[in-house]
Amino acid sequence: MKYSSLILSNLFRKKIRTLLTIGSFAVALFLFGLLAVVHGAFNQGVDIAGADRLVIINKVSIIQPLPVSYEERLLRIPGIKSATHANWFGGVYQDERNFFAQFAVEDESYRPMFPEFVISDDQWKAYMSDREGAIVGAELAKRFKWKLGDRIPIKGTIFQGTWDFNVRGIYQGKRAQDDAAQFWFHYKYLEERENPFWKGLVGWYTVKVANLDDSVRIAKQIDETFANSPWETKTDTEKAFAASFAKQAGNIGFLIMSIGAVVFFTLLLVTGNTMAIAVRERVRDLAVLKAVGFSDVFVLVLVLAESLLIAAIGGALGLGLAKLLTLSGDPTHGMLPFFYLSPQTIVAGFSVALVVGVVAGLLPAITAMKLNVVAALRRV
Amino acid sequence: MVRVDGGGNGSSLVRVRGLDKKYQRGSEEIHVLQGLNLDVEAGDFVAFMGPSGSGKTTLLNLLGGLDLPSAGTIVVAGDEITHLSGRKLTEWRARHVGFIFQMYNLIPVLTAFQNVELPLLLTKLSKAERRSHVEVALEVVGLKDRMRHFPRQLSGGQEQRVGIARAIVADPTFLLCDEPTGDLDRKSADEIMDLIDRLVREHRKTVLLVTHDPMAAGRAHVVLHLDKGVLVEGQRAGDRAGARS
Repeated sequence: MKYSSLILSNLFRKKIRTLLTIGSFAVALFLFGLLAVVHGAFNQGVDIAGADRLVIINKVSIIQPLPVSYEERLLRIPGIKSATHANWFGGVYQDERNFFAQFAVEDESYRPMFPEFVISDDQWKAYMSDREGAIVGAELAKRFKWKLGDRIPIKGTIFQGTWDFNVRGIYQGKRAQDDAAQFWFHYKYLEERENPFWKGLVGWYTVKVANLDDSVRIAKQIDETFANSPWETKTDTEKAFAASFAKQAGNIGFLIMSIGAVVFFTLLLVTGNTMAIAVRERVRDLAVLKAVGFSDVFVLVLVLAESLLIAAIGGALGLGLAKLLTLSGDPTHGMLPFFYLSPQTIVAGFSVALVVGVVAGLLPAITAMKLNVVAALRRV
Repeated sequence: MVRVDGGGNGSSLVRVRGLDKKYQRGSEEIHVLQGLNLDVEAGDFVAFMGPSGSGKTTLLNLLGGLDLPSAGTIVVAGDEITHLSGRKLTEWRARHVGFIFQMYNLIPVLTAFQNVELPLLLTKLSKAERRSHVEVALEVVGLKDRMRHFPRQLSGGQEQRVGIARAIVADPTFLLCDEPTGDLDRKSADEIMDLIDRLVREHRKTVLLVTHDPMAAGRAHVVLHLDKGVLVEGQRAGDRAGARS
């Protein structure tokens, strides 16, 4: 492009100032990226939840169990294709800081219920033939350097004693944002070893519906089926369940929006001021451009292009750094399993940077456009 | 032939009739130019002299389409510019006018080559063609070997040469020089005037020069004095030669 040297030369007229402004954009977009990742980490469960799955918990609270006998009754409700159940184990591996989710799952039905978790048939078969077998997510295996055949001792907190498991399979998430940090083992193992109080009880059920449009009706019917029993239920779509879970951490979205708004408003002022100074400093140059025949619109675009370029370079730098940081995965080792900067977030962040660039450059650009050549050339 | 009586024929390159320019300063109205007439033919070299504030630069700005008159008409190469819109006037400037400023007004972040190339960016010339034009212009002003230098790496005289190269690179209809030697020492000023002189003689350029310097003005075919908003014809080159002999 024949005007590139003109734009670049002007941009780097004051190198330190330009670099500092680019740095401001980079820091703001880096922060935006990280905040978006944290927000996503709390809400990703909502976004990736299976649309055709319902979650059934005890009406009192999720920590209250439900009878295992409900499974058959659930399957009799018209519109439910399949059902499975799981229990929260809540054990500790070596140290309490090594948090990860452990589920005692129903062998036959759990795998087909969650097709987003991919495991080979051979490994699944090995798991099924080992009473103490366990399936672990790929991220979890990577984190603790586990491999097939390793023996994993986990100290129970809800279920007393030390529980030994053999890693028989490692699953992968189909999508980058799928939670590959879970630990599954046989519900039967839990039931056989645990004291009689827990026998015949499960933590929650997940059911798959045949027709999405029936979800609301089926959820209502499930809760009505078990109404006035000692174990009343509360049924929600998996999405609503994940959303209510995310809300327990507070209104993270609002917090992040507030911080983001302040950061971008400050950035707008900083960049606007920088561009205004840049235009003031070269009033004569702009007047000369106009004198030799460059149009008012060209001068407007020239200043806007400089502002946009600053925003684009800074934005790309900040988002690139944020992406690099998140590539290594969840820094909390299990608390935020969906620690992932999505391409959509990158595009959104970059777009916001460009908008800030345009808005910040607009006023100085209009000033430059309206510059009176004769008056500007008189200035010394 | 240059005339100020409004009696020029239709063949003039520049024809000015009844040119008025008024400024409002607070409640006071300043009448800078009053009913001014001027005819300049292609290849003429005209110098405007006069005391500070007499309206020399204002006249140059009006002739260059940088400013609009309060009344009157300016016709350059058949185009009446006094009623052109801002956008049209800008396009007209790019085609017809080469400005040479007292303070050179080179863009400090661009090299000599890039400064000279500026007017050509508005044309449809290819990169190679632009390069060739810029090299010729810099060769004419004797600075081809300094094309990669930035203005800060050049002397005042050299900066003004680059300014002249920028003014002539697009081959404009005429050159408007606003005190081109005003910021230079005598030697550099003479060199610049030699160069402008050569542009008129060898390249048939039409030059309108505003200056306070009688020696610079002495190079012109005719010197016009501007006083109290009115143009008065001074000596012509032939008269000066006769006076000297």
